[in-house]
Amino acid sequence: MLDQPDGATLVDMSPVDPMAPTEPFGVYVHVPFCTSRCDYCAFATWTDRFHLVNDYLDACVIDAARSLDGAPLATSVFFGGGTPSLLEPDQLAKVLAAVRHADGAEVTVECNPETVDATKLAGYRAAGVTRLSFGVQSMVPAVLASLGRHHDPAAVASAVDAAGRAGFDGEQLGYNVDLIFGAAGESPADWEETLLAVLALDPPPHHVSGYGLTVEPGTPLAHEPDRHPDPDDQADKYLLADQMLSAAGLSWYEISNWARPGAECRHNQLYWDQGEYIGIGCSAHSHRVDAESGSARRWWNVRTPDRYIRLAKSGQRPSAAGEDINPQARLVESLQLALRTRAGVPESSLPGWDEDPVLPELVTPAGSGRLVLTTNGRLLANEVAIRLVPAPCDSVENEVENLRLSS
Amino acid sequence: MVACQRRGLDQNYRRAGRAATPLSELNLENIRNLSIVAHVDHGKSTLSDRVLELTGAVDARDMREQYLDSMDIERERGITIKAQNVRVRWKGHTIHLIDTPGHVDFGYEVSRSLAACEGVVLLIDAAQGIEAQTLTNAYQALEHDLEIVAVLNKIDLPAADPDRYAAEIEKVLGLPADEILRISAKTGAGVADLLDAICERIPPPRGDAAAPLQGLIFDSYYDQYRGVVSAVRVMHGRLVSGERLRFMQAGRTHDVEEIGIRTPASVPVAELGPGEVGYLIAGIKDVGEARSGETVTSAARPAAAALEGYKDPKPMVFCGLYPVEGDDFSNLREALEKLRLNDASVTYEPETSGALGFGFRCGFLGLLHMEIVRERLEREFDLSLIATAPSVEYRAHLTDGSVVEVHNPSEMPEPQKLESIEEPYLQATILTPTEYTGTLMELCQARRGEMVRMEYLSPERLELVYRIPLAEVVMDFFDALKSRTKGYASLDYEPAGWDQADLVKIDVLLNGVPVDAFSAIAHRSAAQEYGRRMTERLRSLIPRQLFDVPIQAAIGGRIIARETVKAKRKDVLAKCYGGDITRKRKLLEKQKEGKKRMKNIGRVEVPQEAFIQALRLEE
Repeated sequence: MLDQPDGATLVDMSPVDPMAPTEPFGVYVHVPFCTSRCDYCAFATWTDRFHLVNDYLDACVIDAARSLDGAPLATSVFFGGGTPSLLEPDQLAKVLAAVRHADGAEVTVECNPETVDATKLAGYRAAGVTRLSFGVQSMVPAVLASLGRHHDPAAVASAVDAAGRAGFDGEQLGYNVDLIFGAAGESPADWEETLLAVLALDPPPHHVSGYGLTVEPGTPLAHEPDRHPDPDDQADKYLLADQMLSAAGLSWYEISNWARPGAECRHNQLYWDQGEYIGIGCSAHSHRVDAESGSARRWWNVRTPDRYIRLAKSGQRPSAAGEDINPQARLVESLQLALRTRAGVPESSLPGWDEDPVLPELVTPAGSGRLVLTTNGRLLANEVAIRLVPAPCDSVENEVENLRLSS
Repeated sequence: MVACQRRGLDQNYRRAGRAATPLSELNLENIRNLSIVAHVDHGKSTLSDRVLELTGAVDARDMREQYLDSMDIERERGITIKAQNVRVRWKGHTIHLIDTPGHVDFGYEVSRSLAACEGVVLLIDAAQGIEAQTLTNAYQALEHDLEIVAVLNKIDLPAADPDRYAAEIEKVLGLPADEILRISAKTGAGVADLLDAICERIPPPRGDAAAPLQGLIFDSYYDQYRGVVSAVRVMHGRLVSGERLRFMQAGRTHDVEEIGIRTPASVPVAELGPGEVGYLIAGIKDVGEARSGETVTSAARPAAAALEGYKDPKPMVFCGLYPVEGDDFSNLREALEKLRLNDASVTYEPETSGALGFGFRCGFLGLLHMEIVRERLEREFDLSLIATAPSVEYRAHLTDGSVVEVHNPSEMPEPQKLESIEEPYLQATILTPTEYTGTLMELCQARRGEMVRMEYLSPERLELVYRIPLAEVVMDFFDALKSRTKGYASLDYEPAGWDQADLVKIDVLLNGVPVDAFSAIAHRSAAQEYGRRMTERLRSLIPRQLFDVPIQAAIGGRIIARETVKAKRKDVLAKCYGGDITRKRKLLEKQKEGKKRMKNIGRVEVPQEAFIQALRLEE
């Protein structure tokens, strides 16, 4: 697995690749524990339930055995949070062992820089982890403080150094840096400094995610309008990021993601390709397709670790709710997702785009009859998305018709 | 309010246990008809309450505050809109208290109420002195040749200064200071003396019982169950139950269903003779057929002529009313129809706005009237309304010699067809402490007022009289007056003809497309300011689009103000992973729906809320 001779076959962007060893299939594992909560965060995380960690991991193992029974081997596994890097390598290994995955599977762990050292990362590496994702957010102390983060740029440098020493220094075995732009008090120069510092890390990142700070309802940040990001400032910062990252050889492949060729995150690509995945852990989402009907089902688990543990350990399904997505809705969704990526959408889904007063500035032909977002278009993706018209598709209509007849 | 009045009426009928004095035996010499003239808050309602108590008309235990103000809005705002009338007995006399509306918008109704009286009680706050509107009404009472009983109220207040204000009254109205009564309606002190003074000083009515009937209607309201209920003063002849009446101005005949008096309980009677005041119900469905000032006479034996002084009240202020929800248009129409049954002075005509859809251009007696009508429509008919900026009526003289009445900026003829424009003027009377003279003169001049006269009422108080365009008063003049004088100045006005003015129509354009709802007619000197304010306001209200949107104010083709809503640069979800996909789809659906609900002005999408806000701030 380490000596994968040709990474290209694994990172091909097309949803169906006859050369791929298996159909892509993902498993997401949610680790809902944090030492402190960032005030912009709306994820299911808790700072006061460390006493539940072992029970929780046991529950994940039970749930994985049940949920993945009969499922394909995972081609990607993603430990997200929360702060998964709070787990010791043996804890992580226990869960990963319960998630049946293919040889060469991408296994990502989200890490807070201040929670890792060379020993822990070597342990992760030995357990089968192939990819680290560092929650760096900024390389400017004042901005980190404004975001409520507890590490400093030096912690990032030493975490990255540890990652390099554990072997995470390339495309297939590497690390990602998560950044946030638009925090209160972050000047354009601060953002530039962050990008420069990240690109100067040793070993350098092969993947960067840059997210505009988003005000999520119900978060403490939502109640402080003075600290809300300015959209024009964010637009400027996005353009700067795109320019600097591209110049460093990381090209965009999804609105908020840049990577060196071959270093794209397969697990996340699965989401954007409308692929199938199973979520393990509280509040994790799953998505399975019924090949026969063409419709799909998406469901999500209960939100608290306590309830998740109780349900999983008593042999019950920990799901909270879900939705069925009919073929027509799937078509709309697939366009909305594809639009965000460099794969783009078929030209027919934006009929008359070239005569529209604004669309020619937002999308551009990318060959094979597809349109992709321009740099400005990425910033206004929602405006393009609501103009998408699912092209009349015989097969889908027939499928809908068949559904009607059969029901 | 209909429901509320009906409740009041029922209650009154139930209470009508007391036997009424047989009317034929009522001696003209013992009748006193009077109106209490007072400024808002000077204690008229409290005095009325005290009189009802003292004369035994209402038991103390049945007493509720401001007994005669029956509308919710009246109680809340502390003003009387619709007059209420009551008959009380005092030491062998029959006194009719005729209530008058307490606001400048209803000046005509005041004059009709005064026409039903032989005297007025001029009620003045002993801590504040006479106010502009009271002064106007007192002058009006003098013109009607009515006896004035001046009273200083609230002498119990620490700030009361009755000597000073008595001297002031003597100066401005020529009433001897030593004849001015001093009372406290709140404690009841001096109220009995006031009743005595009324009986002594106000003359009895004169009238010929044998002459053909002439009855003056001085107020009407619509009751859901009884139809129109009118207040009537018999001048000559007899008003007899069951008789067929002719309403002389309306030109209609109706049979009397019921006549009666209010004590304040409604007591049906067989007839009302000269000098008497009571109520009349004649199966009328529309208050427009029994307006204030109407003369009723016997159909069988009609009077030769109607009583003098009838006027068709003309609306002075206009605005467009639009339902926030387009579906509510027919509900709004129905509500206006119903409201007009009760308030004939409201006018309305269907109107279409490119920006606001279907609505009505409505006419009102004044700004307060406008506010009250709008509030009643929203409250009583459960409507949510957008009101356009208030405007006045203009007369456009065209080059071909014809005259066009303009109630709405969109009706203004093209500049090249215009010979001249006339606008309505007011004579405004302002009473103010002298320290504010400078700032008020500045205000009046800024609003194109011309001084008519300036007179000291006392060393501390001043009367300023200006001739001023109505349009300037309609634009928050009253608020400006109050804020410049810390609320101490008072204002009254009356129509004062028409005058030519250099008026222009200002258009507001979004991305080059005019928006009718924001057009306005203004004096050329004020056009720039209006344009600047409106464009600035719209810049903050119109959401950013995918392109720069110029907002311009223009006169004809000339741009006088400009702002730009900069193009939107960012509208994207940062994250879209497993847990975000459903949410993202729903968000986009919502965004798409919201887009459908926007009004399109050319290429610009404007949410309804932006129109509402832009026009709301205008008030």
